Amino acid sequence: MNVLESQPMVNQRALGARRKATNAIMLSLTAVMTLLALVPLFWIIGYVVYRGGQSLDWAFFTQLPKPLGMEGGGILHALEGTIVMTILAAVFATPPGVLAAFYSAYHPNTPLGVVVRFSTDVLSGVPSIVIGLFGYAVLVVPAGHYSALAGGAALAIVMLPTIVRTTDEMLKMVPHSLREASLALGAPEWKTSLQVVFPAALNGIITGFLLAVARAAGETAPLLFTALGNERYEIGLIIRNGLAQRQSALQILGRIVDQPVDSLPLTLWKYAQQPYPERIEQSWTIALVLMILVLFLNIIARLWVEARRRRLQG
Amino acid sequence: MLTQFKAILSSPRLAWPKRLYGHGDPIWKLLLILGSVLVAVLIIAIGWMLWNQSADARAEFGWGFLLPSLDARWDPVADSFRAWPFVYGTLVTSLVAILLAVPMSVGVAIFLAELCPTWLRLPLNWMIELLAAIPSVVYGLWGIFVFLPKAVQLVGGVLSKTLGQIPGLGVLFAGPVPQSGASRLGAAFVLTIMIMPTITAVSRDVLLSIPNSQREASLALGSTKWEAIWRVLLPYGLSGILGAVLLGLGRALGETMAVTMVIGNSITARPTLLSPGYTMASVIANEFAEAVSKLHSQVLIEIGLVLFFLTLVLNVAARFLVWSVAQRTSCEVRL
Repeated sequence: MNVLESQPMVNQRALGARRKATNAIMLSLTAVMTLLALVPLFWIIGYVVYRGGQSLDWAFFTQLPKPLGMEGGGILHALEGTIVMTILAAVFATPPGVLAAFYSAYHPNTPLGVVVRFSTDVLSGVPSIVIGLFGYAVLVVPAGHYSALAGGAALAIVMLPTIVRTTDEMLKMVPHSLREASLALGAPEWKTSLQVVFPAALNGIITGFLLAVARAAGETAPLLFTALGNERYEIGLIIRNGLAQRQSALQILGRIVDQPVDSLPLTLWKYAQQPYPERIEQSWTIALVLMILVLFLNIIARLWVEARRRRLQG
Repeated sequence: MLTQFKAILSSPRLAWPKRLYGHGDPIWKLLLILGSVLVAVLIIAIGWMLWNQSADARAEFGWGFLLPSLDARWDPVADSFRAWPFVYGTLVTSLVAILLAVPMSVGVAIFLAELCPTWLRLPLNWMIELLAAIPSVVYGLWGIFVFLPKAVQLVGGVLSKTLGQIPGLGVLFAGPVPQSGASRLGAAFVLTIMIMPTITAVSRDVLLSIPNSQREASLALGSTKWEAIWRVLLPYGLSGILGAVLLGLGRALGETMAVTMVIGNSITARPTLLSPGYTMASVIANEFAEAVSKLHSQVLIEIGLVLFFLTLVLNVAARFLVWSVAQRTSCEVRL
């Protein structure tokens, strides 16, 4: 098409000026949008630090909640619940996640490899409330009660896609020569995978693991109908009681994981809906703890992966 | 290198019994397949369970209770369920959020992919990703106590005075504006902030995957930088960006906690954006643990099934669109 001929020559200069102006305006608009997009980040972090920092003290981490309406008290129960459930989730999600990633990284074009990648992608899009319903039907109903175990399993489903995806990517970054060298020396496939490829990709896998933990630690919806909540949860007390009754370690562990628990986001959600000002105040402090935890894990993970990328490239 | 490997392979730590050596590979393969099958089966199991557990509700109400109706009765005690207010709340908050988030996200993606100086790229990418990492309850807390009382008052007031006066369209923006800011509009605002990082990250990767020859050809023909972006790069990556939008829509539909905290949780047949509302995800979050009857919990599971199915379709479509761009450019874009 002859675009130039269709425009009268007289307008060329004006047109050029307009094009330049459009260019300048639109390009600076994208920069403004970027700045604007970051406003909520700093607003949220700043405000949470400001509000949450006011009632942050040692007792907040070491005491159980006081009865409603009373000042003081802490969130020990939620902190311990989050730790217990995150550990359970990591234990449930990591082995199958890493194995599936090994499969999809080294057999990408087999039917099962395609299915793994596809279902990982789809699984990461499933609403977390639906995962909560699933956990309720599969674990809570048969067991007859809410438990940390069910909550941990629900969080494991949340973690799984992140673990599979990052492990898959990291395995693909391991140079082929390494693997081939090992195979050529006569090492069997499984030994090559476990003792050559896996250690080489380990840093990256840990990165993905940290991101998954950060995501799981901040999730609430999957826990609503699986862990439910428990304001009297205290691991120290369970252990002391267990020892006093001469229970075995396994029994004590069972008591720790097999009862309803709270978690930090779950407690935040409950507190924020209560009409008591001190509870609202505490929910800001929980938000601060949660943000520190999640952002810290994220930054560590990203620094780690960045350092590694630099090393691999140069 | 070679000696290192030999050393590794013959180290006493690895002196496995000979007989295990022969079986090692089949066992390893079996473990890999088991892990993969578990991941693959989860999706099917979730769908099957939701389908199975909502059997009575589906038999009783079918799908008609999700459709628009003027009768907004949700009465668990009388086993009378009309889910339209929830469906409407979910759809309208997600769509408004998408309308607000897309221009913003694409703008940011353009800046990150095309204009940003290299030293600034990494920190900016990090900050956008941190925005996605903030837990949704924190968004909810900040939204209801800090952001919305101001933002909804401000924007809602303007909207109800201008658009709210137009006959027809006005019902969507009819006042009064709630003092607390708890409203569908407020939920849409919070959703906008929450889905922006997703759309931005995927659009950025789509733009980055476009071959440089496209940019160079356009610039060589005398276009300005913006014209190269607007007339060449965006059309080239359009399906991928559309995929990013669908992905964001999926996020918005399924988002539970933040929305539940800011939407006000009130069942109303008024269509206005400025009144408190309810969404499908938040009715499950609020009522499932205290469902009064078996039918009540089954209806909630059926709503969950609809959500699951919607997000499933959106995700599959999104991946396909992004994949189609990546295919053309022979460069990998993962979401």
